[in-house]
Amino acid sequence: MVSTRENTVSAQALPAKGRSPWADARRRFFRNKAAMMGLVILVFVALFAIFGGYAAQWSNEELDYNVMGQVAELGGPSFETGHYFGTDDLGRDLFARTVQGTQISLAVGVVGAIIACVVGTLYGATAGYAGGRIDGLMMRLVDIFMAVPYMFVLILLLVMYGRSITILFVGIGLISWMEMARIVRGQTLSLKGREFVEAARATGVAAPVIILRHIVPNLMGVIAVYVTLLVPLMILTESFISFLGLGIQEPLTSLGALISEGAGTIAYGTTWQLGFPLLFFCLTLFGFFFVGDGLRDALDPKDR
Amino acid sequence: MFSYILKRIAIAIPTLLVLIVISFVLMHAAPGGPFTAERELPPEVMANLNAKYGLDDPLWKQIGTYVWNIVSAFDFGPSFVYKDRTVNEIIAQGFPITLTYGLISFVLAVLVGVTLGVAAAIRHNSMLDYIAVGMSIGAQVLPNFVMAPILVLVFTLWLGWLPGGGWQGPEYWILPVIALSTSFMASIARITRSSMLEVLTSNHIRTARAKGLPERRVILRHALKPAMLPVISYLGPAFVAMITGSVVVDIYFSTGGIGKAFVDSALNRDYAVMMGVTILVGALTIFFNLVVDILYGWIDPKIRY
Repeated sequence: MVSTRENTVSAQALPAKGRSPWADARRRFFRNKAAMMGLVILVFVALFAIFGGYAAQWSNEELDYNVMGQVAELGGPSFETGHYFGTDDLGRDLFARTVQGTQISLAVGVVGAIIACVVGTLYGATAGYAGGRIDGLMMRLVDIFMAVPYMFVLILLLVMYGRSITILFVGIGLISWMEMARIVRGQTLSLKGREFVEAARATGVAAPVIILRHIVPNLMGVIAVYVTLLVPLMILTESFISFLGLGIQEPLTSLGALISEGAGTIAYGTTWQLGFPLLFFCLTLFGFFFVGDGLRDALDPKDR
Repeated sequence: MFSYILKRIAIAIPTLLVLIVISFVLMHAAPGGPFTAERELPPEVMANLNAKYGLDDPLWKQIGTYVWNIVSAFDFGPSFVYKDRTVNEIIAQGFPITLTYGLISFVLAVLVGVTLGVAAAIRHNSMLDYIAVGMSIGAQVLPNFVMAPILVLVFTLWLGWLPGGGWQGPEYWILPVIALSTSFMASIARITRSSMLEVLTSNHIRTARAKGLPERRVILRHALKPAMLPVISYLGPAFVAMITGSVVVDIYFSTGGIGKAFVDSALNRDYAVMMGVTILVGALTIFFNLVVDILYGWIDPKIRY
């Protein structure tokens, strides 16, 4: 309603100034209260992950011998000892560990989402553009992959090829591209009949170039939405595996591994060891889900 | 309908075979044989082990033997670590437990989720609606491995109402079931609510109301069935996620289910057990997807057989 009136007013008063679809989407996004809250949370978490290390008075590897053995009594959160979030079971500073865990969880989420997105987009766009029997075969393959209990296969991979962080990063991305491929294929099908694609084909542009130069850029909105929604799912997957003790290995840590440690010691009254990692875990997920939903409302043509 | 079911089965079987072959090839390609990981064994012992497990044969023959054993006799072979146990025994020990609380959780999630979603949709923008929406947002960031420690903290350590681990009677089932089912309950409630809201604005509902049908009948007879379609297509992925989640429950609540066997075998590098569990879970998933597909075809008149 408001935008219509604005449009008429500006059309009368000023020489018509076009608004790009992106500017439109940006306006919609910034008006969305939940999305803005998500953005604020994400900025906070990111600042914590990047600069938190400078605020810590202990490194993430140092053992505090004063609290060792008496973690439940002396290791609680306090400013006097410099352990803002308390210490973990071995006497390491939980603040520094949480900073490190947040960094790694964010990294896994972003890297995994990017891998899933690149594979899924290329696969889906190829299938959709090729069409016909190739499309049928490629999408049938996706159906088959979707039915695989991927978490078990990922754990199988991790155990067989050593629990390295690279395999974790790549593996998480490689098991989650199928949904993306389906979405991109659907959008490609509707794009490939359009005039600009036809024109490109008529002038003899090769199929891979058409896909990369003409189709994929037009899908950027959809891709951006699903990447944002994929990040929290990647973080969930990584945390799940780390919770089982099969993911990130010491001395590295992730939010899932910290939650696992904290969950293992709650019986001794060290609730803060569960609470702080959990808080940052939930905040991160909340942030990404809200921003993703906001982006979808702003960019996805389906819901308008 | 019959040919539709046959077609679905025709897709399910190759899917299962692909899963078996993939996991077998992965295992075979793993650096270092299954027996070199733990410690150095005398070459004679290695040779014996290799001969016993058929590791000397060419790859295609091993796959053939493995698949044939599973298909013909449901035999996953011996464990690679425990000398006196077979994979079948290990699975048979844990599977009934996982199945018990898994089924309870699944049924509970569907019943409560659908009821909550329908109630929220009927009373759109009411307090109940906001509570349902808020809960489903909250449950998104509280997956099972977060729920489990929180539940134990509150109900076992602070309140002391319920046991926080073990598997000795129905009171031991409560916390695992809550931990496993909450996030699915929330998702189902959210999906039901939005699909119900959409259905309630459609023409056939207006017709039903115009006929003067009581509201209860409109909802139960006319709105519920079409509103269930998105929920049913969510059940497949939900089932997979629930089986996956049961691993966490098995570990954290020491229920002794199959997830414990899986993680133990992962830590011991017992490939035989890992593959057995993976294939079993895959088979269950494929079977369940088949059921969902058939259910979908039965409910949705638009689907082509």
